[in-house]
Amino acid sequence: MSQTLPSYAGSGLDDKSLLEAYRIMRTIREFEERVHREFATGEIPGFVHLYAGEEASAVGVCMHLDGRDAIASTHRGHGHCIAKGVDVKAMMAEIYGRQTGSCHGKGGSMHIADLSKGMLGANGIVGGGPPLICGTALAAKLQGTGGVGVAFFGDGASNQGTTLEALNLATVWNLPAVFVAENNGYAEATSSTWSVASDNIADRAAGFGMPGVIIDGFDFFAVYEAAGEAIQRAREGGGPTLIEVKFTRYFGHFEGDQQTYRGDEVARARETLDCLLQFRRRAVDAGHLGTGQLDDIDAEVGTLIDAAVAEARAAPKPTDADLTTDVYVSY
Amino acid sequence: MPDERIRKVTMPKWGLSMTTGKIMEWLVAEGDEVTDGIDLAEIDTDKIAGALESMSDGVLRRIVAPAGSDVPVGATIALVAPAEVPDSEIDEAAAVAREQLESGVVEEVAGPTVGSVEVDGRSISYATLGDGDEVVVLVHGYGGDKNSWLFVQEPLARERTVHAIDLPGHGTSSKDVGDGSLDTLARTVTGFLDALGISATHLVGHSLGGAVVATVAAAHPDRVRSLTLVAPAGFGPEVDADYLRGFASATSRRELKPHVGKLFADEGQVTRQLVDDLLKYKRLDGVSAALDALLATLLNEDRQAIDAAALLNEVRAPTVLVWGRADRVLPAPAAEALGDRASLIHLHVVDGAGHMVHMEAPSAVVAAVESAIKEV
Amino acid sequence: MARTISYREAINEALAQEMERDQRVIVMGEDNAGGEGSPGEMDAWGGVLGVTKGLYDRFPGRVLDTPISESAFIGAAIGAATRGMRPVAELMFIDFMGVCFDQIFNQAAKFRYMFGGKAVTPVVIRTMYGAGLRAAAQHSQALYPLFTHIPGLKVVVPSSPYEAKGLLIQAIRDDDPVIFCEHKLMYDVTGEVPEESYTIPFGEANIAREGGDVTVVAIGRMVSMAMAAADELAGSGVQCEVIDPRTTSPLDTDTILESVESTGRLVVVDEATPRCNLATDISALVAQEAFGSLRAPIQMVTAPHAPVPFSDALEDLYIPDAQRVANAVKATVDWER
Repeated sequence: MSQTLPSYAGSGLDDKSLLEAYRIMRTIREFEERVHREFATGEIPGFVHLYAGEEASAVGVCMHLDGRDAIASTHRGHGHCIAKGVDVKAMMAEIYGRQTGSCHGKGGSMHIADLSKGMLGANGIVGGGPPLICGTALAAKLQGTGGVGVAFFGDGASNQGTTLEALNLATVWNLPAVFVAENNGYAEATSSTWSVASDNIADRAAGFGMPGVIIDGFDFFAVYEAAGEAIQRAREGGGPTLIEVKFTRYFGHFEGDQQTYRGDEVARARETLDCLLQFRRRAVDAGHLGTGQLDDIDAEVGTLIDAAVAEARAAPKPTDADLTTDVYVSY
Repeated sequence: MPDERIRKVTMPKWGLSMTTGKIMEWLVAEGDEVTDGIDLAEIDTDKIAGALESMSDGVLRRIVAPAGSDVPVGATIALVAPAEVPDSEIDEAAAVAREQLESGVVEEVAGPTVGSVEVDGRSISYATLGDGDEVVVLVHGYGGDKNSWLFVQEPLARERTVHAIDLPGHGTSSKDVGDGSLDTLARTVTGFLDALGISATHLVGHSLGGAVVATVAAAHPDRVRSLTLVAPAGFGPEVDADYLRGFASATSRRELKPHVGKLFADEGQVTRQLVDDLLKYKRLDGVSAALDALLATLLNEDRQAIDAAALLNEVRAPTVLVWGRADRVLPAPAAEALGDRASLIHLHVVDGAGHMVHMEAPSAVVAAVESAIKEV
Repeated sequence: MARTISYREAINEALAQEMERDQRVIVMGEDNAGGEGSPGEMDAWGGVLGVTKGLYDRFPGRVLDTPISESAFIGAAIGAATRGMRPVAELMFIDFMGVCFDQIFNQAAKFRYMFGGKAVTPVVIRTMYGAGLRAAAQHSQALYPLFTHIPGLKVVVPSSPYEAKGLLIQAIRDDDPVIFCEHKLMYDVTGEVPEESYTIPFGEANIAREGGDVTVVAIGRMVSMAMAAADELAGSGVQCEVIDPRTTSPLDTDTILESVESTGRLVVVDEATPRCNLATDISALVAQEAFGSLRAPIQMVTAPHAPVPFSDALEDLYIPDAQRVANAVKATVDWER
């Protein structure tokens, strides 16, 4: 049986870290809300899959990571990128398909990556990340860095063979890996309560010989605590953990999704469960932070996102000369 | 009892790996007079095309293997004898030879024996043929190896012990050349002599190897009995620098072949196998770095960096130079370029040969070495 | 010194020498050692056909057995490569690409491009291909065309022990993902191989035999079929130029085109099934680039469009042989408008 940990306040985070956590979550939120609005104008090419609502997961986990660690993400990857330190302006430019983007316009929303920051990329293939993270964890183990690999994947990917194989391999090889199943209730238009055979994704952990925990994904502090424990276990050679984070996504599977398959959970979540609201409440109520500080952050983030969009729209697109470069390291 | 005056002409062993040779053309006919050193036949092997030279005087009495035959090394392909030897004896000997050819059973021809020694922390390969009191050491040139002496080692080894070595960076010796300087290479040669307990030797060097042996002779006059330099580096500034750089940088057959062609007066002597073997050598770990390091020793921009004439001024041993008139890599020098001892140095220029004169005109090179040895 | 060793030994030697030289090189795959967790001895197999034998003891901790989870461990090799390791993973049979192809063609192959030139994925995936062992349809395919099709992958098909050692060392040192295809019937084929380490560049074909009448391009094991056919044809005065591309990606198009411009006739011998294989690829290239030089239609010698049969009677008909190559050569020589 997997554990359901109660959420709590008083995480041991100092004020500086609390502000940092809020800033990053707010940055993700504003980034996604803004992309949602801009996408509707038709100027952004291709598909985008927005993370709004899920910020606590990315930030609660990534605050424990440093340069030794690598993460893999999903098609819904903007949140993980921002949480792992990928440059926000470069991300926006990438989404707009510009030469100045993180991937010089060659990857787009689904493939934003920054290997120098240990961000192995958003991934267009459901379940593409977990095997790669087995690899980064293996490398960290062999190199003796104490680093860990964190695979973020969704409820959809939790049914994909690649994910299940990766869970098994991580235990068999005793890898310093953490698997974070972000269960937002839907895999595309299909409910996870239907598509996941077990009651909880975390129930599968026992089947793969690793601990599994279920966490309220709207509660930053709960995520932070569970992630901290799992990452520490991994660093100390105790092997992998499966964390199931339950929450809801505020937008559709992709932008343009009419979401007729959903009920009214988004409105409810935004009003009462929202991770930023909860964070504010707890941090201010506990006397750690002032409302003014948080409002200032909101304003700064707003300015940053405005600048990111403006710069992205003004940036040049890649040209014919870029078409066939960087297929190989050596030709 | 076969008449002892009948001399068998056999398929030679040119190099360690040769097992058969193809007789392309007989250059003499039955009944012709032959003398020691004249060309008898054109022979093609995988690696090289060459001329088989007569090792005796007499009359070519019988051709046992006609042109077009593929013959194993050591098999009898013709018979030379004085005119007085009766035909019946010749017929008998020819029949035996033909039977051997047909059955494919041929006596093992002892090629050179290969060994290696440690010198200055490097493994140095060498091939030894013959056993006489006189010792000769052959040192190849840039990008070459001990096999380039394949036409010369055997005749010289008839009465002498002849060692052909692989310089560092070449052949099957260690590929590390350190600073790639002449001194490093020269020390390898003296180290080789020490390792084999050779107190004094005749030295023969080709191209870069020529400059190396000259360096040894200048530094250790007591250990060098004679010096034969075959198209040596270091005489005069002129050099085909493009060839050297092109050879070093080529990574494909297409790139390498034209450069290898420049080594010979007749480009037709460049077989596919020769180029392939060079490519295989160049692909070995460390070779590229070695060749680049040695380029710095050979070249100063587009001119020769070595001053061999200055080295020769310090040499006391009898010195002979052999050069191909058609050498396109290092042109034969004027007498003035030979330094202070020019009047004591014999320079033989061989017509119809290019930079690889020891492969193109081996008998001229053998003669030059023997003349140096005799002068001692 | 060069000496005679087998294709299997040449590959083992390449792995051993590179593992000696570079600590970052690791080996992983199903039973690459064999015996993990079992009561008997470790390194029980050293690979299903013994190619990796001996490495486990010589390089402790760097030869990893895996569960039968291709997606996971091929993906792991790829992920580890992005983090500074130089893994050589074994996909036991190329036929198993189906269960891990995404990691290879959507992940490894695309990282460099998708991430704007900032990723380096120096992974080698060694795999067995080819028919002739009576292993039937799911263990005998020649699927290198599928990998060749994917931009971002390099694909190597060595035809001899000398080629295998040099190309594998090159593959391990190359910074791109490489699929290294070993013909399972060739492991006991012997040839001269230098003791020292050496590399053979990718994208450079070997002209195995020079000839002025017909260009014969052959892949992998088919090179020896082409050489046998060429020897036979030389007797009747037809001189074949046999070209071994060594790598299907990158492909040495210059050497092939230069040869066809000289001979005017082309035969391509490819063991892979005929739709979209290397024969069609090379033929189309030549037809486009050297049309004016062609004196006869191009001939392709391939397997039939069918799965590999089990019965030896059928499998022997399936695989192109020297006789079929010779027939194709004669067809180009005898062709009249």
